Order: sequence, then C-alpha cells, then structure tokens
Amino acid sequence: MTNAVAKVAALHFPHRHLLTVEGLGAAEINFLLDLADKAADDNRQTGKKRDLLRGRTLINLFFEASTRTQSSFEMAAKRLGADVMNMNVPTSSVQKGETLIDTAMTLNAMRPDIIVVRHHAAGAVELLAQKIDCSVINAGDGSHQHPTQALLDALTIRRAKGRIAGLTVAICGDILHSRVARSNIIVLNALGARVRIAAPSTLLPAAADRMGAEVFTDMWKALDGADVVMMLRLQRERMEGSYVPSTREYFHFFGLDHEKLARAKPDAVIMHPGPMNRGVEIASTVADHSRSLIRDQVEMGVAVRMAVLEALARNLPKR
Amino acid sequence: MNAATISAKRTGHGAKAGTATVFINARIVDPAANRDEPGGLLVREGRIADVGSHLRRNAPEGVDVVDCKGHVLAPGLIDAQVFTGEPGFEHRETLKTASHAAASGGVTTMVVMPETNPVIDQVALVDFIQRRARDNAIVHVHTMAAMTKGLKGEEMTEIGLLKRAGAIAFSNGKTSVANTRVMRNVLLYSKDFGALIVHHTEDPYLSANGSMNSGEVAARLGLAGVPKAAETIMLERDVRLVELTGGRYHAATISCADSLEVVRAAKARKLPVTCGVSINHLTLNENDIGPYRTFFKVRPPLRSDEDRAAMIRGLASGDIDIIVSSHDPQDADDKRRPFAEATDGAVGLETLLPAALRLYHSGELPLQTILRALTSNPAKLLGLHSGRLEKGAIADIILFDPGEPWVVNKDLLRSRSKNTPFDESKMQGRVLRTLVAGETVYQYPGGERA
Repeated sequence: MTNAVAKVAALHFPHRHLLTVEGLGAAEINFLLDLADKAADDNRQTGKKRDLLRGRTLINLFFEASTRTQSSFEMAAKRLGADVMNMNVPTSSVQKGETLIDTAMTLNAMRPDIIVVRHHAAGAVELLAQKIDCSVINAGDGSHQHPTQALLDALTIRRAKGRIAGLTVAICGDILHSRVARSNIIVLNALGARVRIAAPSTLLPAAADRMGAEVFTDMWKALDGADVVMMLRLQRERMEGSYVPSTREYFHFFGLDHEKLARAKPDAVIMHPGPMNRGVEIASTVADHSRSLIRDQVEMGVAVRMAVLEALARNLPKR
Repeated sequence: MNAATISAKRTGHGAKAGTATVFINARIVDPAANRDEPGGLLVREGRIADVGSHLRRNAPEGVDVVDCKGHVLAPGLIDAQVFTGEPGFEHRETLKTASHAAASGGVTTMVVMPETNPVIDQVALVDFIQRRARDNAIVHVHTMAAMTKGLKGEEMTEIGLLKRAGAIAFSNGKTSVANTRVMRNVLLYSKDFGALIVHHTEDPYLSANGSMNSGEVAARLGLAGVPKAAETIMLERDVRLVELTGGRYHAATISCADSLEVVRAAKARKLPVTCGVSINHLTLNENDIGPYRTFFKVRPPLRSDEDRAAMIRGLASGDIDIIVSSHDPQDADDKRRPFAEATDGAVGLETLLPAALRLYHSGELPLQTILRALTSNPAKLLGLHSGRLEKGAIADIILFDPGEPWVVNKDLLRSRSKNTPFDESKMQGRVLRTLVAGETVYQYPGGERA
C-alpha cells in the first residue's frame, strides 16, 4: 500500500483503540465491513498470508476463558503476519482489579503493538487502555461491549441479505447480561436496521425500552416478519431459578424451535454468537438448519478481526 | 456529654483565657435565629459573649479586632456522617487528618461512623475514639456506635451503656439491618434511652451486585443497577416500625424523589422521623460517572438529575433535615479498578460548603436554608448546644467569603485520601477562618494554626 492510500484509510477510521461501537458512524462501520468483505474473499484462496503486520506484536490477554474469540484473533493476526502471544490470566475474586492494573503495566513494558483484551468486568478494558501505550481491542468486557462480535454479525447479515438497512432483526435471550446484544443494537441501528429484543422481564435491563430497540416479552410476536433471528447464550448459572425457573420452561417460551421460527419471514436467517446450549436457547435441528448462519459467523469473525487489525495498524506509530 | 467536653486540646494560638476577640464588619448569618444582617460578634473565653448589629463598627475597649470585610460569619458546620479509617484503616484517614480536613472546610463538629476495624460496638472503643480525638483532633469529634454487634445486623449492642459512654447516635454503617425483627427491637429498646437510630436504607437483596443507579445509563454501561426501590422499600419498612415502636429514627442519606415522599408522609403523621442527604446527591448525578469514573461511585448511588432536583426541593420544604458530607476516604488502589469492583465513597469535608454554595449561587436555595441544614438542624437532631450564634453558646464559628472563586486540586486536600469527585471543579466560596471553642484552627491564606 502506498503512503497516500494509507493516509486515506486513516481518515476513514481515525482511532487508536477499538473499545466500543458507541459513537462509530455508518461510514466507519461500512469501511471496516468493506475491508472485512475483501479479507473474507481472500481467506477462501490459497496463499492467504499477508505481511501488513510483519514485525508487529499482538498480545491476546484473556481474563475470561474463550476458545473461539481468542483463536479467531490469533488466526486473524497471523494471517496479517504479526507475532502473537496468548496470555490467559485466571483471576481470583479478590485480586481481580490489582491483577488488571499490574498486568497492564507489565505488558506495557514489553512494548507490544496491539493488545486484545477480554475481562469479566464492564469498563475493565477501557481502564486498561488508559494505562498502556499501544492499541487496545476490546474482546468483551462484562455485560458492556463486544465490538468485533457486532461487526462480524453485521458482515454476516450483509453478505447473506445483500443489505442491512430496512431489515428487521430480532435479538432473543439474556439481553440483561449480554455484551453481544448491547453492541449489536448500536451497530444495527447505525446501519439502518429495525431492532427488536425479546426476553423474559427478569433478563431485560431496567430502561430496556431506551436501548434503541423494540422490546418484547413474547418471542412469537418478536419474530413476526423478522428477517434475522439472533439468539443469545443463556449462562448455565442463570438457568435454574434465579432468573428463569428452569431450562424446560425457558426453552418453551424463549428457545428457538421450528414453531417459533415459522413466525419469521420464510427466508429468515438464524444466528448465534456461540457457544450454543442446544435444547436450551436453540433446538438442535434449528441450529443446523439450511438457513442457519452460525458457521458463517465464525468465518466472518476472522475476516472482521483482520479488518480491525488492519485499520488500527495503519494508525500505529512508524517504528 | 456535650460538645465542649470532647473538644480537642489546642495550644499556642487563638484566644487565650481572659482575652477576647471581636469580629466586626461581618454579615452575620444565623439560621437558628433567622438572622442575616450586618453586624459583629464578640468571643470571650471560648464562648460567644455578644452578637448583633451594634458590634458592626464599634469594637469594645481592650479586645483584639478582626475586620471581616463584609464576609459571612456563621456557626461552624456540623457534619453528621464522616467515615475515617481509625482504628483499622489509618492509611485512608485518621481522626487527626480528618479533623484538619474538617477545619479547612469549616466543619467544627464531625460525627464519625462506627464502621472501623474493630467496629465501634463496645464501651471501650467509644472511649478509644474520644481519647484519640481529644489528643489529636482540632475540631469536636463525636462517635456513633454500632446498633448491632459487628454491624452484622443480628444482635443488638449495649445501647444504654454506649449512650452513657458518649455515643451520640447508633448506626449500622453502610449496610441495612435486613432482619425486620432485629430492627424492631433496636427501635423499641433505644426508645427507653432516648437514643437516636440512624439507618442506611438499602435492601441488600435488591441491591446485590449493583454498582450504580438502575436505569438507562447502567444498561448502556453494562453495569448491574441499584434500583430506587431498594431504598424506598427499606425506608417504608422502617417508617412502619417507627409507628409500631415510637423509636427516634433518622434515615442517613436518601437519594431519590420517592424516598422524599415517604419521609414527607411520615412527618405529616407526626412520627419521629428525620432524614439527611449527602452533598454528592445535591450536586452530582449518574451522568457524571461518564466512562466508568469510580470517584463518582458512592452509596447510595448517584441518581438521575430529577432526583437531584427533588433533594433540593426537600431541603427547601424542610422535609430533608440535614446535609452531610458523607466523607469516605478510600485509597487510590481501591478506586483504580473496574467500576463494579471499585470501592464506594468520596471524600467531602473540604468541599462540603463550597459545593453546597453552588445551590445558593444558582438561586436554587437561600443561604439560610443551606446553612440551617449544616448547623442548627444537625445540632437539634444530635442534641448539641452548638450550631448557633447565641450569647453564651460555645464559639464554634466560621468566616467565609461566599463569592471567592477557586478550583479544587485533589493534591492540595488535607485528607489523607484524595478520592474527591470534585477534582478540577470550579467552586465559588471559600472558608477564611474556622474557630473551635473560640480558637482559630484554620485560616486562609496560611492554613491551619493548630
């Protein structure tokens, strides 16, 4: 890439970090999706490897275990030629905060170029970004944000439907605890989709009606005429009595089965960020349905992360 | 035990025995007497010897003269909710450092909370606080004692003996007594001794894991919320128990419009119920948290701006009795954490008056109303003889310039901890001199003189 092209790119995505999708405009999101679109096509060829990040170091810093997101970032970074280090930091409940700041200081001293962080506390990635000099990518902070998930979901929808504007997207399940839902609502709204959320009232945040989505506690109604059905994972510890009475009852009212799916448009697509609880939030046969995009989401995950790395790398200081 | 008996030992400066000082050319503001007029005030032997407009220009013979240049002379502030770290957490704050912060903020009496390590739930520990305060503090210090052993909310403390030892009121710290039977018995038993029960009202089950006000902002930040109902449900329960028992009850810090309605209704029924509000809930709201600013993480959490406005209305109507700083020093390491894991609390002794004066400058409250909630009302609540500019009263007095602009710099705070939500905030109004029992313990410019 010539310098002039790089400068234009930097103008399209003038950020050092990707901590949240809040505040990103449609143009910035589309710029990333276009980059990712191309990466997705390239990834299907042989000779995928590029050298945009050659000599750069990326650290995957995961305070919360996640096989798929971590390996997706690792794959994306390696395809762009970066050196990747994976750090998994198990945390005790008492020492969490101290570990975070101390770890940030330690890693900063190693002079990485990009750090990808997942943490169980909302705001933790932003706090860490204040303490270090390199680019930081939020790979999920508590119930707050998961920016690359929302971008990969948008790309998956765009490739399947050819557009996002005007589509009706129903996001169903544990909205209260979901960073995926929070990020998706923002990105889908920015791109002109109509967003619905569906959950039992115990799994909706206070002021859910002000999140930028139409709120449903009846999933059948939420799916009426939907173009996209996006299911969320229900954490095991929330299944038995604390938020919903049982997995059986939850599946009856909020699990995606063929009967509920029939309420959506005949060509409606099915999505899930994974990992799935088959038989809890989604019937096994629906997950494997011909209109299921769940495996496409994984593929687009690598492409979107390559796009994000590429966009941020262009803003990295020259060595 | 009255205010004078635990006053600190001061040496060297200020009025000596037999000497007298007259403050002339002042704007005398004394809410207890509905006084706001030009005048002067004479201090002799630690007490107010005379006050009135006749002293505005005329100094009696043979006394030191201080020209107040038209600034406000008012009773020293009485802060009914101050957390220190003594004993147990001296790295956060000691009685000494808190008292210096108090003096520079115009607070002449501070009531310290029993939430220490060990918890102040025994007579010997009340003695300890009084002795440490006498030896080290430069303002009056009173202590509340725990109403339940170890603040666990299970067993009542020796309320009678603790009160006799000098505990000014009884608190359960920053947690509510969830067990209704225990709370009923505390209110019943305390009534026999005329003891005041001060309660933090927050249902622990509804507020579990919550770190800020429940609502739109919390939903966006992905933080678990503390609903207003957690406060009002506990408050309504307590009001029912007061009705049942007749115990004297004070809700420590209410934070929302719904709670104000509960207190208003209780007062309309002539129940012995009063309430306070922290300066934070009068001047800040949940939006100040912005991108997870943990210095704005307090308990109860900052609410919406409509709730803040309701707190101001409550002061104007008199339904809210007192303003407290809720001074709560926390060290930086405990604040520099992800929001949900950071500690609650904000220091406030030094910014209490200037922050309160924001409501005066904005025209939201008259000066008398603000000062009443900081002087005569807490004195009445706690049974203190200070908080007024009356002939014969102890000379706890402040002189302040309500107009002087300045900017808060946390590094210049006298408190050992710097966790102020007002860092770099513009303030208007500054304490020029603080007198405790007639002696100058703080002077601006120049700092403390004790």
